[in-house]
Amino acid sequence: MSVISDADLVRQDAATLSSALSAGDITSVELTQACLNRISAVDGTIHAFLHVDTDAALATAQDVDRRRAAGEELGRLAGVPLALKDVLTMRGVPTTCGSRILEGWPPPYDSTIVERLRAADVVILGKTNMDEFAMGSSTEHSGYGPTRNPWDVERIPGGSGGGSAAALAAFEAPLAIGTDTGGSIRQPASVTGTVGVKPTYGAVSRYGLVALASSLDQAGPCARSVMDAALLHEVIAGYDPRDSTSINAPVPDVVAGAGNGDIRGMRIGLVRELSGEGYQPGVRERFDQAVAMLTDLGAEVVEVSCPHFDYALGAYYLILPSEASSNLARFDGMRYGLRAGDDGEASVEEVMSRTREVGFGAEVKRRIMLGTYALSSGYYDAYYGQAQKVRTLISRDFAAAFETVDVLVSPTTPTTAFKIGEKVDDPLAMYLNDIATIPVNLAGNCAMSLPIGLAREDDLPVGLQIMAPAQTDDRLYRVGAALEEALLDKRGHALIEEAPAL
Amino acid sequence: MSASAIERMKFDDALAAFEPVLGLETHVELGTASKMFCSCSAEFGGEPNTHVCPVCLGLPGSMPVVNASAIESTIRMGLSLNCSIASWCRFARKNYFYPDMPKDYQVSQYDEPLCVDGYLDVVVATDDGPREFRVEIERVHMEEDTGKLTHAGGDTGRIHGADYSLVDYNRAGIPLIEIVTKPIVGAGELAPLVARAYVTELRDLMRALGVSDVRMDQGSLRCDVNVSLAPSGEPWGTRSETKNVNSLRSVERAVRFEIERQAAVLSGGGRVVQETRHFHEDTGETTSGRSKEHAEEYRYFPEPDLVPVAPTSDWVEELRGTLPEVPSVRRARLQAVWNISDLEMQTLVNAEALDLVESTIDHGVDQAAARKWWTGEFTRIANEQGIALTDLPVTAAHIARVEELIADGSLTDKLARQVFEGVIAGEGDVDAVVQARGLVVVGDDSTLLAAIEQALADQPDVAEKIQGGKVQAAGAIVGAVMKATKGQADAAKVRTLLLEHLGVDG
Amino acid sequence: MANITREQVQHLAHLARLELTEEETAHYTDQLSAIVEAVEHVSEVAADDIPPTSHPVPMTNVFREDVARPGLDRADVQAGAPSWEDDRFRVPRILDED
Repeated sequence: MSVISDADLVRQDAATLSSALSAGDITSVELTQACLNRISAVDGTIHAFLHVDTDAALATAQDVDRRRAAGEELGRLAGVPLALKDVLTMRGVPTTCGSRILEGWPPPYDSTIVERLRAADVVILGKTNMDEFAMGSSTEHSGYGPTRNPWDVERIPGGSGGGSAAALAAFEAPLAIGTDTGGSIRQPASVTGTVGVKPTYGAVSRYGLVALASSLDQAGPCARSVMDAALLHEVIAGYDPRDSTSINAPVPDVVAGAGNGDIRGMRIGLVRELSGEGYQPGVRERFDQAVAMLTDLGAEVVEVSCPHFDYALGAYYLILPSEASSNLARFDGMRYGLRAGDDGEASVEEVMSRTREVGFGAEVKRRIMLGTYALSSGYYDAYYGQAQKVRTLISRDFAAAFETVDVLVSPTTPTTAFKIGEKVDDPLAMYLNDIATIPVNLAGNCAMSLPIGLAREDDLPVGLQIMAPAQTDDRLYRVGAALEEALLDKRGHALIEEAPAL
Repeated sequence: MSASAIERMKFDDALAAFEPVLGLETHVELGTASKMFCSCSAEFGGEPNTHVCPVCLGLPGSMPVVNASAIESTIRMGLSLNCSIASWCRFARKNYFYPDMPKDYQVSQYDEPLCVDGYLDVVVATDDGPREFRVEIERVHMEEDTGKLTHAGGDTGRIHGADYSLVDYNRAGIPLIEIVTKPIVGAGELAPLVARAYVTELRDLMRALGVSDVRMDQGSLRCDVNVSLAPSGEPWGTRSETKNVNSLRSVERAVRFEIERQAAVLSGGGRVVQETRHFHEDTGETTSGRSKEHAEEYRYFPEPDLVPVAPTSDWVEELRGTLPEVPSVRRARLQAVWNISDLEMQTLVNAEALDLVESTIDHGVDQAAARKWWTGEFTRIANEQGIALTDLPVTAAHIARVEELIADGSLTDKLARQVFEGVIAGEGDVDAVVQARGLVVVGDDSTLLAAIEQALADQPDVAEKIQGGKVQAAGAIVGAVMKATKGQADAAKVRTLLLEHLGVDG
Repeated sequence: MANITREQVQHLAHLARLELTEEETAHYTDQLSAIVEAVEHVSEVAADDIPPTSHPVPMTNVFREDVARPGLDRADVQAGAPSWEDDRFRVPRILDED
């Protein structure tokens, strides 16, 4: 691998790059520059990045190369480039959350994830595009224009983490960080043919993650392979005393899980409520084939029922807007970010209202008002209170299911990537994209989406979701690795290799 | 404020027609080292916006972590107020926009307070002697303080008429506990005194617990006073809520004023408006603030960034073991030990000198002398300087040393006062001041005799008068000697020596 | 139940400090009604005896030791401020007292 073209380099997975770096076959500067070149070449079309931190990325790469040359023991992902979702603070680097209200805001502090990435010597290339404040399933709700799906640039890359997923699928970065409140890691992974994991709630610190819905948000790894996701998961997960909801327990050995593709004797449940009507035939077909593969691999597949999942979407769209309406109150133009209408005459109340009117996009305002409504005194019990009870029932459904099976599976999304503009002002249609991913956020357990093929009718990627009990994230990787390997054997190459060259 | 246009009814008349119902909501800043939800210093003051971090500035992405000491202080406070401690409770967000609140919500407690259902017994002085009154406590809960606004432009420095405001977030996030009483009924004409006694007792309790320094002048104890008048035969009236009443005296005055004002409104056929009112220290009046006719929509919900607080019974019992003697019990004990009257005790309490006197006695000073110094000379000086007694640079050790010097005859009472004057002026400790100012009793007989002889020589007729039986004429000589020694002689001793010298019996 | 009126939308917008245009108000009135109608079936679930879940992972008593540490440099505090004067955040005039 001594002479590798940029084009080849950027298509490698992180595990391969890691080996090449530690073997001295490539330098981090070469690799980082290759990614930056790729970004220059394709991001005009894809628009995965909101900010490319060229100088700092190269400086980090240089530092890693120097220390490696000096014989220093480095972490497995040292020198490997990564794309960071713009919802995580990074000192001095603009953090916008895809919103005009935060345009150019330089956070004075690093999120815990960024601290961990820095400590692991990961090279952070820049910040990726997203639906404004992570509200959306298409990245069309970004205040800075949509991101395009590398498989078909007329289509959405999913959301809210469309930028991170597209950066992977467009070979701009081998690794990315996403955040998942109702599917924002898994749904983009599904529609871009990549891997995304929502870890157990509390596994990855939320400190420095700009909150959408605090009780649902969880950051996680995005990658082009199950092992890469595991390597990144290992770096970012772990207890953080600055996040009161952080789990103070050892992180399950996800890398070992990804290295163990043996699922013989495992019991796998098909969730009855996450199938049937509303699922595109090509999605259904690929899913059924993948389930057959799991059986062939020695797993015992059974159908289970989670009756309260039918209420998950409703509960989610009460809880999320409620928490979001409160979390987003602070964007009032007083301490940071945009301030509008301050003409010296306007009152503080008027300036706050104008700032928020101008600074927030349509979906954000919609959800803020919905949440304000759901928390209002006359409606609290019927809506927010009841949604919290449904949440308990959904957790109980999971608990009952996990008494009989080790993991649950479903299609990640009902459909493949839809066209840009198709659902942008049809919130209810947009919300349905998350129907299969939401229950896990409500219950706080973990899930992965991995690519299982292209849908027959549109040749677009289909994802399969694996769900496991809280704190058993390693199971996701074990099942994911098994399926990934079987699919690789069958196809002869990874699905992502079929992504258009751009 | 110019002459008031607010009508009032005479207090006694108001009480004859209506029964006052009080409610007191007291906010106290806890004396923790760090803030409620972050590690920033909770110290009072500091250069503006220097005790701030991403958490207390409400920066995007920051998250709160509860200060263990604040929880302990709240539980100890609750236990001292005879409350039950919740076995499980949550923080809640109170949502409203205001520029002094960095997140535009306040992390507080709503329907799950940490401490509930307690009481505090207070004593008020009446013409018939002290009367005990039980104030029932509804809840004690935790929350965070807001930043501090300064209003600029305009000429009043007040919010109205200001062109803009400036915000310092040093205070934002300082832990507060809020103590809410149940409606206080049946106090009648004692209502203003009960309110004052309650806040005083609460303050003393918190000082005894060491959970707060309770400086009302620095705003670390703030009181919202709710008053309503029930027309006779009816249980309730509409209440007003007077915000941020910041001294003990003001609490009493605010209650009295509201009783008088509301009585005038009601007896004139009017209706009391449910509203927020503001108390003005200068006039002792309250004025209308914001109408509360439309119930606030705070949209409370459980704070998802914090996990529930669930004190174990072991923890609560451990904290109960740390509770100090309740102030009322302590007062009774000290009064008995020192063998002083109710009135003398009251004088000490009113002077806020109890701790100081006790500590002075612990230094070996006689209790009468200790009381005399603190409630007399020092109270006078503190009042003159407009500072609290505790802020005087005099310590129990100083008093003990001075008393020692008095006892061995090195100082007189008058000289002792000069010594303290020096100590307070920062001239050093007692011995240093004595030395520097040369404040020593002129004690040796030969010096005094020389001065006596000189005085007799200056006033030749006096000796004759004395020897002729007019002993009271000795005063003139003693006075002259005192003058000659710049007051540093013991007058009684001079007199004895003079009479001896003249061979006259005293 | 799900019929949200224009006045309600205006009230919600005021509570949330959003200065909506006429057009937005009309648009959101329709959309909010539709969304609420779609989600309100959660209230049909019989759940009287079901405890609500506010935190997905059950934990209690997460505390921090009471130790003060330095915060941000004031230059960093000021860097993001839209308006700053006399070491403080400058904000427009306040009409309502709290």
